[in-house]
Formats: sequence, structure tokens, C-alpha cells
Amino acid sequence: MIIFIILLVFVMLVAAVSACIFRDLLNAVIASCIVSLIAAILFYFLQAPDVAMAEASIGAALVTAIFVITIRRTKREE
Amino acid sequence: MRKIVSIILLSVIAIGIVLTLMKIPFAVPKTKVGAYYVDKGVGQTGAVNIVTSVVLNYRGFDTLGEVTVLFIAALGLGAVLATVKKKTKREIMPSSLVLSTGCKFLFPFILLFGTYIFIHGHLTPGGGFQGGAIIASGFLLIYLSCPKKRINEARFKVTESIAGLTFVITGILGLAFGGYFLFNFLPKGVANTLFSAGIIPIIYIAIGFKVGAELAGIIDGLMRISE
Repeated sequence: MIIFIILLVFVMLVAAVSACIFRDLLNAVIASCIVSLIAAILFYFLQAPDVAMAEASIGAALVTAIFVITIRRTKREE
Repeated sequence: MRKIVSIILLSVIAIGIVLTLMKIPFAVPKTKVGAYYVDKGVGQTGAVNIVTSVVLNYRGFDTLGEVTVLFIAALGLGAVLATVKKKTKREIMPSSLVLSTGCKFLFPFILLFGTYIFIHGHLTPGGGFQGGAIIASGFLLIYLSCPKKRINEARFKVTESIAGLTFVITGILGLAFGGYFLFNFLPKGVANTLFSAGIIPIIYIAIGFKVGAELAGIIDGLMRISE
């Protein structure tokens, strides 16, 4: 289990750094969505299911959708 | 030169944060209030979910502030979107039959799941905010899959206002019956049953409707200008 959590944290760090680096904003939004999703899983492992549900539904679903809609209206490249 | 200075500054900040965090033990309670809530929470509030008893009973006034912050954010977004000019009308391509039928089939189940989450907020993990967000994601699914289906935005606003009023009126009734705002004036009932914990389910249902209507209204406004 601990190996799985370490792997998740590693993927989360990689996604967070790549969200800052990507020039294509759509890729950056997807990377930040991955960060939120893994944060939700980690909250669940830390025995905070309430926070995990809020993070998964708001951070991973709604915020990503709002950013994608905004990118469709504005420019895609930075 | 600027890069070197910024790297040095960043490393100083990072070392400071690491040194500070090293001294804090992880997951060890430092205040006594947490243990108090765990011991007495179920008896005093009737809610089995300790998080809910803290959010809506011990710290209910803070939750009213939180809901107000969300309302102001939605209001600000609406004010910004009202000034945006609409693009020239694009030809909207109808989605495929499989996609639209599947999403229409899923939509009531998503609403049911969100409703379950906020009605059972005092029994199981979750609550008004989570359930409202799930309901809003159901509306997002419909907005994405069926370009022709749009809900009248006035209904969102009416729902949101009624739900917000319910929260405040429940609090004021507590002031009238018990002497302070958000007093739990209803009987607490038997713990672990649906009709327990007094005013907590009422407030969570109000918050669920309010958050769901607000977030769905935000998505509605954004989809309106992007088409």
C-alpha cells in the first residue's frame, strides 16, 4: 500500500510541475485535473472521505470543465 | 543575474518551510477541541458524521459565511459575463444519438446520487457542498452532450434564493427558540437514523440546493457565451 501511495505522490508531483511548464493551456488544465484527482485519492487514504468527495467533484470535474470552456472562448496557446 | 537571485531566494524560502515543517509532528492532535468533538459530538448534536456536526453545529455560522462567499463569487462571475459580447452565432452540430440518449439516461441517476449525498450528510461522508457539486456536474453532462437542451437560468436563481433564505430562517428560528443563531431547536432523535440530528439535515438540504443551483448557474452562464 505504501508503495502505491508513494507512486501516487510521485505522479502528482510530475503532473503539478508539468502543469506549470506546458505551453498548450489545454494540456496544463488536464495536468491540474490529474493533480486534483490524485489529491482526492490521497485524502481518502488519509481517512478524510468528506474532503475527498469535495476535491473530486469540484477540483477534478467542475474546475476542469470551466477552464476548458474558457479556453474554447479564448486562446489555446500561452 | 535575475535568475540566480530568484533561485537563491526560492531556496531560502524552501529551506525555511522545510525547517518549519520538520518540527510539526504529522497527524498528532495539538489542541484538545478535536478530542472533545469526537467524544461528545454524537451525544450533543445527534449527527453520527463528526465532520457534519462540526461544520453545521459547532461551526454553523462559519458555514453561512462560506455559502455567502460562494454566492458572491457566482455573482461576480455573472457580472463579468453580462458585459461579454456574444460571438457570432456558430452552427451547432447535433450530438450523436448514442451520446445524447446515454447522457439523458444517466442524468436522473446523477441527480439521485447527489441528493442521496446531501440528505445523508449527517450519517455518511459527504454533505451539501459535495452533493451540490455532483448535481452541478450532472447539469454539465447534459449541457455538453445535448447542445439544444438549455435550462432557464431564472429557475437556478429562484432555487438558490429560496435555499439561502431557508438557511438563514432556520438560523433565526434557533435565535427565537434557543437564544442563539443556528440553535438546534428540533428533537435530536435516535442517532444513526435518517430523521435525527435536528436542524442539520434541513440546513444540508438547503446548502445542497444552493450549491447545486449556483454551480450549475455558473456553467450555464459560461456555456451561453461560448456558443
